[in-house]
Amino acid sequence: MSTLAAPNSIDTRPLREVPAVEVANLRKDFLRRGKRRGVLPGRRRAWPALKGVTFRMERGECVAILGQNGSGKSTLVRLLSTLLIDDGGETRIFGHDARRESKAIRRLVNRVSVEASFFKKMSAAENLAYAARFYGMTPKQTRGRIPEILARVGFPPERRNEAMEHLSRGMQQKVALARALLTSPVLLLLDEPTTGLDPRSKLEVQEFIKEVRAAHDATILLCTHDLAEAESLADRIGVLDRGELLFLEPVEDVRRRFGVATLEEAFFAATGRSFEEERPEDEEREVFA
Amino acid sequence: MSELALALRNELVGLGGIVERNFYLTKRYFLWDATFLLWTVANTLTIVFIARAVDLPQAQQNLLATKLLVGGAIWAYLGIIFEIVTETVAWERWEGTIEYTFMAPLSRSVHLFGMGVYAVIYGILRAGILFVAVVAFIGIHLPHANYGAALALLAIASLSFIGIGMMTAVLPLISPEKGTQLGYIAQGLMLVVSGVYYPVTVLPHWMQWISKISPATYALRGDRASVLTGMSLAWADVWPLVLIGIGSIPLGLFVFHRGERYAKKHGKLKRSG
Repeated sequence: MSTLAAPNSIDTRPLREVPAVEVANLRKDFLRRGKRRGVLPGRRRAWPALKGVTFRMERGECVAILGQNGSGKSTLVRLLSTLLIDDGGETRIFGHDARRESKAIRRLVNRVSVEASFFKKMSAAENLAYAARFYGMTPKQTRGRIPEILARVGFPPERRNEAMEHLSRGMQQKVALARALLTSPVLLLLDEPTTGLDPRSKLEVQEFIKEVRAAHDATILLCTHDLAEAESLADRIGVLDRGELLFLEPVEDVRRRFGVATLEEAFFAATGRSFEEERPEDEEREVFA
Repeated sequence: MSELALALRNELVGLGGIVERNFYLTKRYFLWDATFLLWTVANTLTIVFIARAVDLPQAQQNLLATKLLVGGAIWAYLGIIFEIVTETVAWERWEGTIEYTFMAPLSRSVHLFGMGVYAVIYGILRAGILFVAVVAFIGIHLPHANYGAALALLAIASLSFIGIGMMTAVLPLISPEKGTQLGYIAQGLMLVVSGVYYPVTVLPHWMQWISKISPATYALRGDRASVLTGMSLAWADVWPLVLIGIGSIPLGLFVFHRGERYAKKHGKLKRSG
């Protein structure tokens, strides 16, 4: 069993013999209204955010998914964390079906997203205590555990009781990492965890992700914009483009497949556009995907 | 520890966490809450002073003032219950924490019940302060009041209020922009048919029928009787409240569950509005 196993797991322990993540033909559509027709609202039509995504992650693996805004990365993370219900296909997390056994999955998974969402008036320690209670951790258990975990992410101890609104974005993101780790997830979903951080904070967060991976048996899915980050952290890299997973392979295989030297060139070869290039449709897709 | 006992323990710890978090937030927003309480006191006084303007003997004026005060205090109490339970979604959406809370392995019924428990504790405290402040301000003497019975009836009625609050809590999930305001409409509609400042007998016949299924009707009637005449808990008020409570809690959970599914199907948890 994982050294990061949930503190009070019931019958939700991850099964060793099954893959960490199995996704088959996963689809998600969002309904959007078209332009107004006079005083009448526009017609609703389905926009595909994910179009039959299939992949598998082994236990302990770190996989990076690259994609532009609106490519469907966040939708994928939300589906894996049971925050969305799919429109087709199948998702299994450590053998648990996402539709039927969502509570079992919620005990095994945690997520760090681009926005470090907290109760701004509450302190880092109070926010962490609140999150920990949902996972069955009592005040007695968190009294020692919270300072320990904050120290591990490099959070200054003297700022533990300061309101979150007074902390920098980098500091808030460290607390977000601490929150995710505090609940001992065996699957960690990182949705652009370093976007918007200054270079030093970015490096610290990346080092911490490496440490979590090295020290524990956690499986990590990293969705990012940052090609260098993906290359340095992940075992395999996938490109999600307009809802389609084009490939998911080790970096060397990606380079070989497209006969290129860099991931950026591979992205261009796979999608027909550069990584920075964004089209109006991407912006529109970003609203929901 | 057996699996069932462990699951139960975890749910109880989670429930405690909800109450703990609300306590932290009340502490942080204490001055705002105190200001809001002052507004509630002023608002209730505007209603209660009507009794002083009516051409009646002093004793009759006091009787009317007390009836109005009980109505005002229950309005304020119900307002807090609805506000806190509705904030299950609205506040978390505003802070951006909703996805973290909804992906935690706590059952939604315990989550909502935790919000309800805190709302009852905080609501009773606030309604109590409001009652004492207004009584002191307008100088009413209530020598026969049976406060124990009034509080007990309010606690029984709270089960129904929490159940109805759960139904309104789902509204911000469906409409992030206007859902919270719809909760206030539900509160106002409930009180208008329940005789908040008047006996239900003055209402049109069809509204009197609706008043029979409103828990506020029995809470207002029973609490007025306890405060004015010292009456203890009356079975005629208790059984309808128990019955409505038994029906409204599962119905509230069902409605919230449907709303949560809808939000997860249509990606409504993500939006912050």
